[in-house]
Amino acid sequence: MADIMTPALGESVTEATVARWAKKAGDAVRKDEILVELETDKVSLEVASPSDGVLSEIAAEEGVTVGPGALLGKITEGAVTAAPKVAAAAKVEPAKPAPAAKAEPILAPSAQRIATENNLTPASISGTGKDGRVTKGDALAALEARAKAPPAAPIVAAPRAIHEREERVKMTRLRQTIARRLKEAQNAAAMLTTFNEVDMSAVMAVRSQYKDVFEKRHGVKLGFMSFFVKAVVHALKQVPEVNAEIDGTDIIFKNHYDISVAVGTEKGLVTPVVRDADLMSLAGVEKEIGALGKKARDGQLALEDLQGGTFTISNGGVYGSLMSTPILNAPQSGILGMHKIQDRAMVVGGQVVIRPMMYLALSYDHRVVDGQGAVTFLVHVKEAIEDPQRLLLDV
Amino acid sequence: MAQYDVIIIGGGPGGYNAAIRAGQLGLKVACVEKRMTLGGTCLNVGCMPSKALLHASELYAAANTDFAKLGIEVTPRLNLPQMMAQKADSVVALTKGIEFLFKKNKADWIKGSGKIVGAGKVEVTAEDGSTTILEARNIVIATGSEPSSLPGVTVDQLRIVDSTGALTLPEVPGHLVVIGAGIIGLELGSVWRRLGAKVTVVEYLDRITPGMDAEVAKTFQRVLTKQGIAFKLGSKVTGAKTTRKGVSLTCEPVAGGAPETIDADYVLLAIGRRPYTDGLGLESVGIQTDRRGFIPTDHFKTTAPGIWATGDVILGPMLAHKAEEDAVACIELIAGKYAHVDYNLVPSVVYTAPEVAWVGKTEEQLKEEGRAYKTGKFPFSANSRAKINHETDGFVKVLADATTDEVLGVHMIGPQVGEMIGEYCVAMAFRAASEDIARTCHPHPTRSEALRQAAMGVEGWTMQA
Repeated sequence: MADIMTPALGESVTEATVARWAKKAGDAVRKDEILVELETDKVSLEVASPSDGVLSEIAAEEGVTVGPGALLGKITEGAVTAAPKVAAAAKVEPAKPAPAAKAEPILAPSAQRIATENNLTPASISGTGKDGRVTKGDALAALEARAKAPPAAPIVAAPRAIHEREERVKMTRLRQTIARRLKEAQNAAAMLTTFNEVDMSAVMAVRSQYKDVFEKRHGVKLGFMSFFVKAVVHALKQVPEVNAEIDGTDIIFKNHYDISVAVGTEKGLVTPVVRDADLMSLAGVEKEIGALGKKARDGQLALEDLQGGTFTISNGGVYGSLMSTPILNAPQSGILGMHKIQDRAMVVGGQVVIRPMMYLALSYDHRVVDGQGAVTFLVHVKEAIEDPQRLLLDV
Repeated sequence: MAQYDVIIIGGGPGGYNAAIRAGQLGLKVACVEKRMTLGGTCLNVGCMPSKALLHASELYAAANTDFAKLGIEVTPRLNLPQMMAQKADSVVALTKGIEFLFKKNKADWIKGSGKIVGAGKVEVTAEDGSTTILEARNIVIATGSEPSSLPGVTVDQLRIVDSTGALTLPEVPGHLVVIGAGIIGLELGSVWRRLGAKVTVVEYLDRITPGMDAEVAKTFQRVLTKQGIAFKLGSKVTGAKTTRKGVSLTCEPVAGGAPETIDADYVLLAIGRRPYTDGLGLESVGIQTDRRGFIPTDHFKTTAPGIWATGDVILGPMLAHKAEEDAVACIELIAGKYAHVDYNLVPSVVYTAPEVAWVGKTEEQLKEEGRAYKTGKFPFSANSRAKINHETDGFVKVLADATTDEVLGVHMIGPQVGEMIGEYCVAMAFRAASEDIARTCHPHPTRSEALRQAAMGVEGWTMQA
């Protein structure tokens, strides 16, 4: 009998949800055949059979949350041709009866004050006083325990009844994570957005001039993203606090340029990282983005593909957005929003001319980045895009 | 031969409360008492008569010294026989009260001295010498204690008296020497001091009232000295010679030095009490007392099956209310119930004026335990009611855990503080924090406000001082 265990889930990932069993208990399986799919906060992963045999038991049903090393199921090893044994009943924890309604504990006056002032739920304090009464010491201990413990999950309201023309769908773990992290970023950072606009003529000219030869040479299309990645790296070097993060009362400045690039997938937005973008050619950046985008759409992104970015570029323009205020990808301190390129009438040298224009948005954490830094950063990006030779000369 | 569920030997606070509780719980119970009255030392020759004299003498002293400044001019005249008579009347009334409670709770009072003569057997010897054997499933020893003796000082109850004799002196001594600066000596010394005696207290240790919080004891000694009681601390009594007119007491400094002779009209020997188990027949059931005469127990169970012990004959403070706690718990255990006595919550009271009262740990004990604590203090000189009554000596001190703020000890010296310590006993039984007292409304104007203000002081927000 071989156990099917939950594999290591990756750095800082402590649990996964069993998304789908590909096999039923009693099914014959071959070694390395996919048995079950797990979803974590960041990625989906598949667990393969450790050996030939019969899936004799499913220990973690779909929807169950498991940690690394948790038992998922069992394989009875043997030739696949062997008659499948009758599957053992899946171990399902019987639903625990709801604890009998406990009388509200009695709080000493001091404990009452502490509980009220600190928003402690009396029922959550275990009382050591006479007949379980809550003493001041108990309340102080509960307070300290709360301070040490991670913040309690927000109290989830009872699900509301849905209308007949409504549909209730469980959020995927990825969606939940996106929701939680966006909110965390908003709660933590002093976030605000500054705007500029960029004339795309120069980049578009380069692109149309070298499109074919570039693709022929590098096997990848020359897009705008590579220009923006390089322009951002250029700007980050001028304004290093945008490439920093807050850690307690310190600021960590990063001398590496790993750019998270937002990629839309059918499950939601993911932000794989183009690593060491400062060391890459435009072609390298294009290739990397292409590879990561494909992985994302195929659900093949590994955890390490998503971790460690120092700055994010989000392109709402591909969907037609003219202007937006992106939310930071915590703990990063800056995110650049690209938008739709639109021909607009601009005044250049006293003449009204038609130019392909794009609005740029930089959302930044004002705790780290001053307004001047943010604006300067955006101007550097603008100048590099309007005059790509600057990138070549590093000016 | 009568068959009982419980036979209690001794009719003092431990014994009579055990009998009442046993009766309440429907046990067939008898209480064997060799005195002709119930109530034991406490009612007959202890707490009660001493309080009768303390109360009367306090009023006499007040009439002498305090009335005039209140605008009452009198010249009081002491009628000692009447003072003794009212004391005796009160004692009789109280002992009759216990007889009534025995009847009410169907507890048999067996007159005579009880002796254990084997498992479940008590032999009672009546005053006329006749003996009866009683049988019981449980025997509770509640024989109490007697005054300790001191080599070289023989109590004759004429010139050299113990606490019993000091309650019935035929006259106010010119000079009363009290051996022992404990609670009993200081209470009875106070009585005779107020009635006019010169009082000298000789104490072996270099402090008074061992076991009392040292800061309180210091204040207490100062107040008593102010009242005219002289202290001779660190002094060892080596002998006493009785003459027809008085006693010649010899003592010498403990630290070494020349011996000294003190002439006294009367000497009160009050150096403590020892468990009383004489003639109890412990050997018949194999019970051995410890070095100091106490009966070893585990939750009141002795080493002999079916034999229990409570009160002064077992370890713990030798106090009537402790014996009462023991008694109730012991009977409840016999009845198969849960019972527990926390000796840390047994309060102590000294019924002098001002009174001293405390419960829980002293500062010295907390320091020794290495426990971090905070202190709140409030003087009665800042309490409005005490000030109005011209009773401003003393203070309240609250000791609380530095982290949890749980009250660990309360020490008070001041007007009738004995009546107020119960508040903190309840609070501590409920493991209250000082803040709980500080946030509880107390009536104004009363001395009890001092308790609250002291509690506030633990966290630094005493408002009225």
